[in-house]
Amino acid sequence: MDQFLQHLLNATMLGGTYALLGIGLTLIFGIMRVVNFTHGELYTFGAYMVFFFTMTLSANFFLALVFAMVLGIALGAAIEFVLLRRLRGASIDTTMLVMIGAWIAMQNAEQLAWTGVAKSVNHPFPVDPLVLGPVSVSWIRIFVFCVAVLLIVGTHLLIHRTRLGKAMRSTFQDRETAALMGVNIDAIHTATFALGSGLAAAAGALLGPVFVLVPGMGDMAALKSFAIVILGGLGSFMGATLGGFLLALVEELGAGYISSGYRDGMGFLIIIVVLIFKPTGLFARKERIG
Amino acid sequence: MNRWATWLWLVFLFSIPLWMTNQYYLHILIIAGIFIIAAMSLNLLLGYTGQLSLGHVAFFGIGGYTSALVSLGFDLELTDRYSFVFPAQPVWIAFLAGIVVAGFFGWLIGKISFKVRGAYFVIVTISFAEVVRLVALNWIDLTEGPMALNNIPPFTLGVPGLWELTFLRKIPNYYLVLVTCILSYVVIARLVGSRLGRAMIALRENEPLATSVGVDVTRLLVLAAVVSAAIAGAAGGLYTHYIRIIDPDVFMFIYTVTMVIMVVTGGKGTLAGPIVGGLIFGILPEVLREVASPEMQWVIYGLLMIVIVYFLPDGIVPALSSWWKGRSGGGGAGAAAPGPGAPPKIGEERA
Repeated sequence: MDQFLQHLLNATMLGGTYALLGIGLTLIFGIMRVVNFTHGELYTFGAYMVFFFTMTLSANFFLALVFAMVLGIALGAAIEFVLLRRLRGASIDTTMLVMIGAWIAMQNAEQLAWTGVAKSVNHPFPVDPLVLGPVSVSWIRIFVFCVAVLLIVGTHLLIHRTRLGKAMRSTFQDRETAALMGVNIDAIHTATFALGSGLAAAAGALLGPVFVLVPGMGDMAALKSFAIVILGGLGSFMGATLGGFLLALVEELGAGYISSGYRDGMGFLIIIVVLIFKPTGLFARKERIG
Repeated sequence: MNRWATWLWLVFLFSIPLWMTNQYYLHILIIAGIFIIAAMSLNLLLGYTGQLSLGHVAFFGIGGYTSALVSLGFDLELTDRYSFVFPAQPVWIAFLAGIVVAGFFGWLIGKISFKVRGAYFVIVTISFAEVVRLVALNWIDLTEGPMALNNIPPFTLGVPGLWELTFLRKIPNYYLVLVTCILSYVVIARLVGSRLGRAMIALRENEPLATSVGVDVTRLLVLAAVVSAAIAGAAGGLYTHYIRIIDPDVFMFIYTVTMVIMVVTGGKGTLAGPIVGGLIFGILPEVLREVASPEMQWVIYGLLMIVIVYFLPDGIVPALSSWWKGRSGGGGAGAAAPGPGAPPKIGEERA
């Protein structure tokens, strides 16, 4: 029982970051319909930016997190502006091939810049974990979880309570009508991609100090994000959030009670099972966002 | 004239080991040939039915692993007392087993994943390949996991007791790969040129229309997946018995990407496309090796892929053949036999 509680706690802590990844991708893949293979690279980028600012430039840890996210947003905007803008209206396969090219180039550029040797990031939190009766959790993970929840709530408010969010929702419901109502849809596409990328970078920046950094770390993150989005239903904000926690739970229990070797396989099994039995995902609603 | 060109090409390809004495170049050609076979099989799905399968390396790896295991023999402990012992089989039988098992998985995956299209299909195929990789990595009793399967026997050919040739050297392996390449080409060309092939192209161009004129979409796609997977499995078998070691890294996503780059660069939906793309990306790494590190090479490939999608969206072969047609006023059609779209043909079929 104690072991089960510990698994539950770990899953909740991990689920927050998974939800961030999922929400970022559901904006891009679910709403913009771009199969975004660079999502994992933005995650890696966020993690390495924290490494760069704290370890190379010895900047403040919290400041580094903010920088990493801002740079992630900028990189996302650049990708949309340079690569995707001219492909608007192209078939999904065409954009997918371009994104695969971008993903390969980015991952290997990261490897060139930081080599394949695993890196770790120091953080200012105490090493001793917080012990709550039978279970324990490290302080950094509590911090990561809290920031992730704040970002999720912030993104939710951005999409549902601001003019920008309203413009986003209307653009992806009906592009032409939105344009006729005076929405600058080019800017909205860039903003949406940048926001999704920023969330991926934030997830990487938060998880980087928890795990170690290797250039290929984004592949798993990207594939898990796809699993979360499919599980939750394309374009569903709530679905991506719940899907993130659900995937973390399945992984944690699978690793704990079946075999830790198949931990990363759980996401793929979820994808296959969901797509066979309920291709719309578990939480898809009628409206395409929110 | 076209027929003459084909024969000249064949003579040229068969003569290569006679004058190319550098064994290392021959090795590059063998590996390129194996990847060309895999790329051709991917092209059947990607180019002719329009389904982007990003798990193709799974079939390559399954073919390789099956072939290796059958030729080595294995025993599985099912329970404490009973274990299933499979004796080692001759390599040719193992090779066939690899093709059959890969084809079976093609059928299975086709049945499951052709319920969904587009982005969903892509993600199901990626997931499938990753699951297979994790199984190969973790099912240590069977696959030796990361310790790899070693000492895989090479192909042999001969009359028992009289004469025997073991395919240890480059030259026999080159001819083996070349012959398999030609056989795969012929199988794919016959399939694509048949009624079924035209139905596939119709399906790629307009699925609702193809369905409405009586194309059984799922059956057709599953058939394409089985043939494609079986050929990829053959490529995997050739690879395994040539390299003689196989580990779970064979399932890495990057190999699927290599195949996709070959097909897209050469020209998807053309018979010659994967060959041209395969030769380019089989030989390019050796040329670039002098000037660029492996990471730099991959950065270049990634950017090259983007550039090609922007500027040569149909690939090199269609671009060249239309340039050639324009120059000679519609005379020779180059090596690209039935063109990619060939939309008029679809009309003829049902007219």
